[in-house]
Amino acid sequence: MSQIYRKGILALAIGSALSFSSLVQADVVIGVAGPFTGANAAYGEQFWKGATLAAEDINAAGGINGEKIKLVQGDDACEPKQAVAVANRLVDSEKVKAVIGHFCSSNTLPASDIYDEAGIISITPGSTNPQITERGLTGVFRMCGRDDQQGVVAANYIVDTLKAKKVAVIHDKDAYGQGLADAMKAQLAKRGVKEVLYEGLTRGEKDFNSLVTKIRSSGAEVVYFGGLHPEAGPLVRQMREQGVNAKFVSGDGIVSADMVTTAGGPQYTKGVLMTFGADPLKSPAGKGVVDKLRASGYEPEGYTLYSYASLQAVAAAFNGAGSTEGEAASEWLKSHTVPTVLGEKSWDGKGDLKVSDYVMYEWDDKGKYNQLP
Amino acid sequence: MDGIFLQQLINGLTLGSVYGLIAIGYTMVYGIIGMINFAHGDVYMVSAYLAAIGLALMSFFGLHSFPVMILGTLIFSVVVTSLYGWAIERIAYKPLRNSTRLAPLISAIGMSLILQNYVQLAQGARQQGVPTLLDGALRLHIGEGFVIITYTKIFIIVASIVGMGLLTYVIQKTTLGRMCRATQQDRKMAQILGINTDRVISYVFIIGAAMAALAGVLITMNYGTFDFYAGFIIGIKAFTAAVLGGIGSLPGAMLGGIILGVSEAQFAGLVNSDYKDVFSFSLLVLILIFRPQGLLGKPHVAKV
Repeated sequence: MSQIYRKGILALAIGSALSFSSLVQADVVIGVAGPFTGANAAYGEQFWKGATLAAEDINAAGGINGEKIKLVQGDDACEPKQAVAVANRLVDSEKVKAVIGHFCSSNTLPASDIYDEAGIISITPGSTNPQITERGLTGVFRMCGRDDQQGVVAANYIVDTLKAKKVAVIHDKDAYGQGLADAMKAQLAKRGVKEVLYEGLTRGEKDFNSLVTKIRSSGAEVVYFGGLHPEAGPLVRQMREQGVNAKFVSGDGIVSADMVTTAGGPQYTKGVLMTFGADPLKSPAGKGVVDKLRASGYEPEGYTLYSYASLQAVAAAFNGAGSTEGEAASEWLKSHTVPTVLGEKSWDGKGDLKVSDYVMYEWDDKGKYNQLP
Repeated sequence: MDGIFLQQLINGLTLGSVYGLIAIGYTMVYGIIGMINFAHGDVYMVSAYLAAIGLALMSFFGLHSFPVMILGTLIFSVVVTSLYGWAIERIAYKPLRNSTRLAPLISAIGMSLILQNYVQLAQGARQQGVPTLLDGALRLHIGEGFVIITYTKIFIIVASIVGMGLLTYVIQKTTLGRMCRATQQDRKMAQILGINTDRVISYVFIIGAAMAALAGVLITMNYGTFDFYAGFIIGIKAFTAAVLGGIGSLPGAMLGGIILGVSEAQFAGLVNSDYKDVFSFSLLVLILIFRPQGLLGKPHVAKV
């Protein structure tokens, strides 16, 4: 008898604790998901720095419908399996209302399904694989362009400016890398250039010497790489070591100072070309934010401002729709223009940006990248 | 065409000799206590970090000449990594010496996770790098083509041969080597004859770690970049090399490493680099079908 009584008390206590916690939780919880560990942790750090500063600024300006933003981190380590686990955790136990992320396209693809099913919106600051917004999901947005836009810019540059006839196309067999390489290859074919080599390498390996020898014997003038900096660095270094002086062109997967580290110094990355959105650091709307980040000792490279802008868009949608409900917010975003640190942004029905602004960058001999005129 | 073939051969030899050095750690431990030390790849990873720390220390003390730097780094990395090898055996495997065969295996997987996460926490998750130490390359003209061999690659091949030669000498000619071989043949009998087998097992872990440290320094020199996860892929490859050559056999590990490295490079060069791992593992399967004990392994005879 007393045991049943005790159990009843316990159940009551648990029940009231649960209801209390839901009462106390007045913040709007937003997940920031990306690789915070692993070889691509540099990008997770960019996401987090941008989002935390955005949350501070938005909270200081009144928050979302009067409530404060609270950020939680979701680490996918750029592993699709882990991304699914993290997405489920964010949805089920953290009860997030929106997600900024993920970074690697192969992670964003499965994770965004889970967010969409749960009726929350997700904005990826950096995943460029076209498939992400081509699956008819209502709540999936991106703050960046698509690989079929990026690949076209790269291919046109290779044909028009570099005037290359022999192009080797290398990818990392991942959704982002291969997708980008294929998009570039397709545009090359349209311009009448057939690649001399099309091969994949394995993510996580460091020795690409045999591939480099093959590139050398193909006589390529340009090597296009679809992939991320942990592989791009050693690849470009081993090319130069074997005397392959072909131009190295890649996409927005190498936008990190770690590119220089993995290549072994700026003498190897010098002259490397890449496509990326028009320099966000030069956007007049972002000046205040850039100064603030620099004052805190953090150089806002790569995706930092994209992440900041993503949170701005989420906040604007929630405020505009007057609720944190995914469908309403998604509808609002697709019909309004949002002023962000990257400038005015608006989205089409699929969740893609209406205007993408890919341009060419070149790495210099000091290990910095500059927009080409 | 010849130039390309030769270039791929050299690519394969450098890769393969490094696989061989790491494979030694797997094969020696298996030979002596019959367990697969899955943490060995991560011991190599730790040694890569130690190599970078060693280089930083050298330049901090103002030692900038290449031989001094590399020697100092090598000694530092080998000594500290050996300590790791010894400590891992003490903590994770020795208490399980007389339990079931699977217990130390699980403990090894745990050790591997601990090492990865410890390095990640202590050193950060980002990619680490060291500047190029040895610049320049040898350029050989062969027919119409040419072969470029960087000095670093020559150094790797030479250092691997020296390291393996030294190890062969120790195992074949010294008292320590004799004790190792005796323990490998029959642990109980060796104990009865007055060999402290526990200590010999510790030595084996130290030797394996030292070889991994040599590989760590060489790879760090060659590729200049590594992270806390670097031990995983290369550990699997080295383990494959050990099985290919016959696990438990020292020359087998070296041979397996070279075969694996060269076949990977040649396949990537002649056919396609997408499927080079498929090719090397198919090779492994084929060899194991016809020689289950591996190339140089001794067939397992049931003791009566």
